[in-house]
Amino acid sequence: MSVELSERDKQMLDSQYGQAARMAMSILVRMAEVYDATEMMDVSQAHIDGCSMLTDSGLEFAETLAVLGGRVSVPTTLNVVPLDLQNWRELGVPEEFAGKALRLAKAYTDMGCIPTWTCAPYQGYLAPRFGQQIAWGESNAIAYANSALGARTNRYGDYIDICAAIAGRVPRSGLHVKENRKGQLLLRLADIEPAVLVDDAFYPVFGHFLGKLAPDKIPVIGGMPAEVTSDQLKALGAAAASSGAVALFHAVGVTPEAHTLEGAFQGDDPEQVVDVHLSDLMAARSDMSTAEEGTGLDAVVLGCPHFSYAEFAQLAEAIQSNGRLLHPDVRLIVLTSQASYALLQRSDLMAPIVDFGVEIVLDTCVFLSPILSSDVRVIMTNSGKCAYYAPGELDVQVAFGSLRDCVRSAMEGVVCREEALWKEP
Amino acid sequence: MERTLIGRPVVAGSAEGMALVSGQPLSFWGGLSPHTGEIIDRRHERSGDVVTGKVFVFPQGKGSSTASAVLMESIKAGTAPAGIINRGVDPILALGAIVADEMYHKTVPVVVLSQEDFDLIQEGDHLVIEPDGRVRITKQDEVQSTSISD
Repeated sequence: MSVELSERDKQMLDSQYGQAARMAMSILVRMAEVYDATEMMDVSQAHIDGCSMLTDSGLEFAETLAVLGGRVSVPTTLNVVPLDLQNWRELGVPEEFAGKALRLAKAYTDMGCIPTWTCAPYQGYLAPRFGQQIAWGESNAIAYANSALGARTNRYGDYIDICAAIAGRVPRSGLHVKENRKGQLLLRLADIEPAVLVDDAFYPVFGHFLGKLAPDKIPVIGGMPAEVTSDQLKALGAAAASSGAVALFHAVGVTPEAHTLEGAFQGDDPEQVVDVHLSDLMAARSDMSTAEEGTGLDAVVLGCPHFSYAEFAQLAEAIQSNGRLLHPDVRLIVLTSQASYALLQRSDLMAPIVDFGVEIVLDTCVFLSPILSSDVRVIMTNSGKCAYYAPGELDVQVAFGSLRDCVRSAMEGVVCREEALWKEP
Repeated sequence: MERTLIGRPVVAGSAEGMALVSGQPLSFWGGLSPHTGEIIDRRHERSGDVVTGKVFVFPQGKGSSTASAVLMESIKAGTAPAGIINRGVDPILALGAIVADEMYHKTVPVVVLSQEDFDLIQEGDHLVIEPDGRVRITKQDEVQSTSISD
């Protein structure tokens, strides 16, 4: 099958817009065949994930495009970079690694990308609008943009994201097309107690369950409280895009393409209806941890995806309400963006957080930047995504718990979690 | 006896190797080390196995959009599987193979088979992937008996 190309697309392939645009367009056209697309379409915004992980080939690719004169043609934000751009020396990042990471960052900013350096771009500068056609990388950001905002993107991996940003084009396919965004299965939360549904830990646990249940389906969630927060949807999407490949979910009465149940399914019937029980959530929660209760803790990692200002407020509250000190053997690391940090600096939350000994790390992530020393064996997190990837990527044991569990464990020096919500009545 | 399956060449190319088969999806980021070719997702049934030089047969990729970068790096490093056979198209894996081809003129062919054909492949089968998407299988027991008679 061949893909219909515009005059400008053809000119790009023909090197009339330079060698970088030719390479970008060539990759896009080959991907159009993968997607079974018959034509290309415009996008008006991009978010680049290709700047996040430092590999020799990824650096070579970015520098090749930049040297060949690649420039983005639409507003383009950047995901995390493999180091904290200001504090990498203090964090013990080796010089050689830092040198390459800084080259990677420069290649992308040289191409005209905006130095947002965050995996939660939807909580910072340039969040996309409802219905906007965008090309986003970073699995959690994709899930959030599609689901919570109703913008339209496929799951764009490294390195089609920068190709789309340079060309301003993507294959017309998948979640760019309204009909492909209709719900496929219905998950009902009617059996879950309201006290569980308002708890922050419910969202990553449910996300982990969802990703395992339906790795590549579009789920519709019935019974989610209307007052669900941006951070809770962020946690749900991040977990579901880690345990599965969920790129879009609808929540009836919550997300913009699901004002009604019928709307979410675009008038069709669900392929499958699943009633979620507390036992499902208990099993998912247990699957997210490899470290048991009482295990000695080396680090607590929060902010995966990047912490928002509201989450800093919750952290300050959890620290102050407990009133104890950070255990001397535990590091409490919070990953966040320069944008959220700027708000924190202008608030009175900063003092209690810094006084407690929280290490605030900007622009990056524990998975992509070597900031946890090799003697770290056990970590705890409130993130489903972090809990999912930590055993493989960091070679550590991990315990999942709520933010309050994490703070209390950081004080005790061992994994300790409140179990009251997670028991059958 | 050899058997030929007709698949879709998502990323066209030739490959040959022993089948490493899993019924579980895998995210290459957090799931595969590009330095060693080892499956490092400790929740995955093939955790600890090495895909280098094998034809990796698994339902599809999942999770992180960084998976394509991991595949490209493993192609550059020489730790990649010889070929990939899935039963669903995973654009992110295909992307890693395509960008590697554009950058290094080296790739990993990716073929998608129907569920029925996918299920015919067993661990240890000898597989040959053709650029048009055909997959030729020699069953494991026959591979062994051939080598004994040799």
